[in-house]
Amino acid sequence: MRFSDRAWRHSSFVIGSLLVGLLLATAALSFVWTPHSPTDIDVPSKLQGPSAAHWLGTDSLGRDIVSLLIAGSQNSIAVGLIAVGIGMGFGVALGLLASARRGWVEELVMRFADFTFAFPALLSAIMLTAIYGPGLVTSVVAIGIFNIPVFARITRAAANGVWSRDYVLASRACGKGAWHITVAHVLPNIASGLIVQATIQFATAILAEAALSYLGLGTQPPQPSWGRMLNEAQSMMFQAPTLAIWPGLAIALSVLGLNLMGDGLRDLLDPKLARQR
Amino acid sequence: MLTLVAASVVIFAVLDVLPGNVAEVMLGESATAESLAALQAKLGLDRPPAERYASWMRGLAHGDMGTSHSYDSPVADLVKERALVTVPLAVMAMALTTLIALVLGVYAASHHNRGGDLAVMVGSQLGIALPNFWLGILLSLVFAVQLRWFSAGGFPGWEDSPWDGVRALVLPAVALAAVQAAILARITRSAVLDVLREDFVRTARAKGLTRRQVLWGHVLRNAFVPVLTVMGLQFANLLTGTVVIERVFSLPGLGRLVFEAIANRDLIVVRNVVMLFAGSVIVINFVVDVLYVVIDPRLRRHA
Repeated sequence: MRFSDRAWRHSSFVIGSLLVGLLLATAALSFVWTPHSPTDIDVPSKLQGPSAAHWLGTDSLGRDIVSLLIAGSQNSIAVGLIAVGIGMGFGVALGLLASARRGWVEELVMRFADFTFAFPALLSAIMLTAIYGPGLVTSVVAIGIFNIPVFARITRAAANGVWSRDYVLASRACGKGAWHITVAHVLPNIASGLIVQATIQFATAILAEAALSYLGLGTQPPQPSWGRMLNEAQSMMFQAPTLAIWPGLAIALSVLGLNLMGDGLRDLLDPKLARQR
Repeated sequence: MLTLVAASVVIFAVLDVLPGNVAEVMLGESATAESLAALQAKLGLDRPPAERYASWMRGLAHGDMGTSHSYDSPVADLVKERALVTVPLAVMAMALTTLIALVLGVYAASHHNRGGDLAVMVGSQLGIALPNFWLGILLSLVFAVQLRWFSAGGFPGWEDSPWDGVRALVLPAVALAAVQAAILARITRSAVLDVLREDFVRTARAKGLTRRQVLWGHVLRNAFVPVLTVMGLQFANLLTGTVVIERVFSLPGLGRLVFEAIANRDLIVVRNVVMLFAGSVIVINFVVDVLYVVIDPRLRRHA
């Protein structure tokens, strides 16, 4: 069966892709249009219920909820892209290096990975915030750092498998160097696994950014962010309980979409694994 | 051990050496040169970094974490007081996680490809996607604001009645556990399924044991190694989760302590609490490595 045919039959891949597509479309839309300005403060019309003008009502400063949600998607995607980029860039390079050099280099890289695992994004963010103050950059860097060992480990494990294959042996017999083999054989063969991991880490990054922004360590006002919307909504919990529902739903659906797409991709790209499950 | 030392060096470097000066961060931008020099002398910052690091380590070894300048009391006392909230919360959450995950995971595996299995899988996929702090807010909306079964936040302390203390931690623990259990249930399910395919399971069934006997006697113990691995990895999530959840339910735990310390520019507190968090993640992962061998004697040969 062709890849696209199989993809269409894979229900979690289809649902996941639709949700991710919706997220990307929303973010794209936010650049050109939102119903109202997400940063316009209009205190007289604060905490309104849903109406024709404000579909989901307004928050405690009279900002339009729909506009804030749409604009907030930009933030989540940007953080996800950069954090996964940092993690992949350094992590894959380290993993490939460990696998190509083996010996003490591999040992060192793996010790480093173990060690970095002891610093979850929140912990790094706390340290960085204590020095440089809270902000989007602080949170992105903290999340990105935690992604490095994740990618380093996966890359090394997968690359070691490729290095023991016959075609690599043949390539070495032809006098090709480690660099050539890594680029020509190892990387293409482990790419699908990395793509799957990237979607899952993207989801984790969105969750982490939301948590950091909720705590006030991430995105700062007036930049709209789902995590901070939840923080503001919580202080209005008694007056306007529904405010707390929408941003959380936006986070959960984005994460769900990415996870489903990742699971689907894993099944589609690696049929051997799929049959085992 | 080596990892612990490395972690302490990094924490020290980031919080103490890198930015140039703790005293500058503490006093803010309006500090005068004299007050800066005075504070530096008071904190011992005029000494070289290596010496300061050594004295921090010496103190830690004796349970002395230095003195917090914003609370004006020993950091170790602050930490002990706050840990009385954070540790019970983490333990409750971990216990709930394990209970829910094992029950659902084993149930799903023994009903493989039937309705119950599907329901658990769909439920866990949804659970994984939930931000735990959102779940916390929703729980307090329903059970505290609407139904008024629990208080929406705050902590009464353990002195008056332990029961009130536990009650204040129930919603936070559920919020933490639900998301973790969703992940762990999937791992349990696939681990149990893997073991169910083994030859010794068929042998056990063939010698006349019932499905239930085989499941509890043979399968669970063998499936526990991958489950334990993930539990170890989840510990870091649990810890950062408590920091977030403490904020949701305004509990006076270690997480709150760190945020107050950041707001007060109290870097000595930040440094010690961060070290405590990183250290416990490292220690727990070490314990998990040791436990493998206890649970699965087959691994002894490789160790």
